[in-house]
Amino acid sequence: MKKIVTILLAVMCLFTLAACNNGGGSSEGGESGTAEKASIVVGGSGPLTGGAALYGMAVNRGAQIAVDEINEKEGYEYFKLDFQDDAHDAEQAVNAFYKLMDDGMQLSLLCTTSAPAAAVAGLTQDEDIFAITPSGSRDDIPTYGNNIFQMCFTDSNQGAGSADYFGTYFADKKIGIIYQSSVDYSKGIYQTFAAEAEKLGLNVVETQAFTDEKDFSVQIAKMKDAGAEVVFLPIYYDEASMILTQAGDYSPIWFGVDGMDGILGVENFDTSLAEGVYLLTPFAADATDDLTVSFVKKYNDLFGEVPMQFAADAYDAVYVLYNACKAGNVTADMSNSEISAILREQVTSMTFNGLTGSNITWDASGEVSKLPMAVVIKDGAYALAQ
Amino acid sequence: MNLLNYLINGLSLGSVYAIIAIGYTMVYGIAKMLNFAHGDVIMIGAYVSFFMLVNFGLGFIPSLLIAVVICTVLGIVIERLAYKPLRQADSLSVLITAIGVSYLLQNSAQLMWGSATKMYPINIISGSVSLFGGKLSIPYLTIVTILVCIVVTFALQWFVNNTRTGSAMRACSEDKDAARLMGINVDTTISITFAIGSCFAAVAAVLLCSAYPAVSPTLGSMPGIKAFTAAVFGGIGSIPGAFIGGLLLGIIEIFSRAYISTQLSDAIVFSVLIIVLLFKPTGILGKKVSEKV
Repeated sequence: MKKIVTILLAVMCLFTLAACNNGGGSSEGGESGTAEKASIVVGGSGPLTGGAALYGMAVNRGAQIAVDEINEKEGYEYFKLDFQDDAHDAEQAVNAFYKLMDDGMQLSLLCTTSAPAAAVAGLTQDEDIFAITPSGSRDDIPTYGNNIFQMCFTDSNQGAGSADYFGTYFADKKIGIIYQSSVDYSKGIYQTFAAEAEKLGLNVVETQAFTDEKDFSVQIAKMKDAGAEVVFLPIYYDEASMILTQAGDYSPIWFGVDGMDGILGVENFDTSLAEGVYLLTPFAADATDDLTVSFVKKYNDLFGEVPMQFAADAYDAVYVLYNACKAGNVTADMSNSEISAILREQVTSMTFNGLTGSNITWDASGEVSKLPMAVVIKDGAYALAQ
Repeated sequence: MNLLNYLINGLSLGSVYAIIAIGYTMVYGIAKMLNFAHGDVIMIGAYVSFFMLVNFGLGFIPSLLIAVVICTVLGIVIERLAYKPLRQADSLSVLITAIGVSYLLQNSAQLMWGSATKMYPINIISGSVSLFGGKLSIPYLTIVTILVCIVVTFALQWFVNNTRTGSAMRACSEDKDAARLMGINVDTTISITFAIGSCFAAVAAVLLCSAYPAVSPTLGSMPGIKAFTAAVFGGIGSIPGAFIGGLLLGIIEIFSRAYISTQLSDAIVFSVLIIVLLFKPTGILGKKVSEKV
């Protein structure tokens, strides 16, 4: 029995170490700050381990870059980022939230993914902490209270936006849809797309769903049989890259949403397969404006990869908090209720320009208003579509 | 023609399941334990062959061989470090340890290589045969996968029935204590079983990734569970059972996706498993008593 305990303990230690290595980076950034000015604690959680770790890591890193920039500009540790692992699990997210409360969280980035964000939103509201989720895009998240804001589009926004785009540019084409029914994000976009498409009278010839699989031969064959000329893929880019690889000689116009962003960064992916793919996204890592160029360079220097949209959303979310705190003269010694009252007022009245769009505004519901941008992949890079 | 196409796709997917299932079934037959880390050994094999192909620019055969060697060693190491000390413990402890090893491998892979998906080179075995005037095209990869699966099954079946080590394995599967009394080194035999299972895991990894080219730390979990189902379906402990179970599972999965629902395919696959087990609790080829290898 002793041996089993030892082994279990050893395994647990390794996990803890792994978690530390991932998450530890978050607190290393601004140690230079002196104690005379207290820092505002910004908490948040996301999957740093498990299958969705990619997204949590991106948010953690994007937020860290923003916090480091801010602290450097202020000359002391203005924000202290405390980012916990929730493994894309609602229960673990709630535990992470309590841990963050113990750590003295004053502002929140809520959670990276939708299901945990929804689980924590109500608790965050009860503590009267102002929260903005970089990437929790499910429609119901802002409804948990007047403190809960979104940085990203809601899923229905994206679905409706895509359908409008189809109505303008692909009205006479046969449309196919492949979506992932086991993921809130994908299902949410699909549902509003389908509803809007019906309203607009779009010619949807085939709809296929998948859950958790690697073999898309059936879905692709059905699209082919139905003669779909444009295939809407409201899914994440790893699945999309598999579909593109397995499609073989079938080459309709593939059309993705923000989850498709990142497809060119997949290691060893043959980018010629993605040639001509459309995507509707608020952030393109290849954009040439100064802000994007400097962010992409910093991210690449620090982490050796091209940032995806989640990182950009997190970066923007931290700046939203920062701009609101500065405008409202928030200091670390204020109570959570005081801070959230100021932030609510500031955020709903500000016009924000960031990586994921310009002239971004929020209404009191917490939903963001910004314009999606259609890009098309040409020669392995994003180019603006019409 | 669609029906034939789906059937071939199903056979190809099923062959991969079958090769993985053999790993489960051998270990279960001989060590009487469920090695839940098997799927993650596949994942390691996939990463190793990925790095050999892409970063070291090796050819297909050398990278496959290196993956096989590394997975075999890994299998033996896992067995020695994590399972051997628990030989006398009850099976529940071993099961939990196996799950622990599985998570350990997944998280270590994530630490070492990141969680981002990497694309496996897909042009290793390219091209396809056209039949019926181009109406039906079978990729060479599919043919290779099915052939490898058949060769592996028959070779293993021959090995178990006709060699000294094979006899030792069968003896251990029947009665470990009696085998030990007869002078068989049970520990070595179990290690060899793990080595063979892990070696096939590497082969499965290369075939799996050539067909479905996304390499990520969680790559092995779903195929692992499906293959385990296939092993139970065919009769756990039986090598031909794993073969038949794997192929059937692959075909049922593709057919239910094609003709019933893409969303419910997993539910259907597992329902079929439950129904088979209700009528034949030991699986298709499972026998009530002993002679399980």
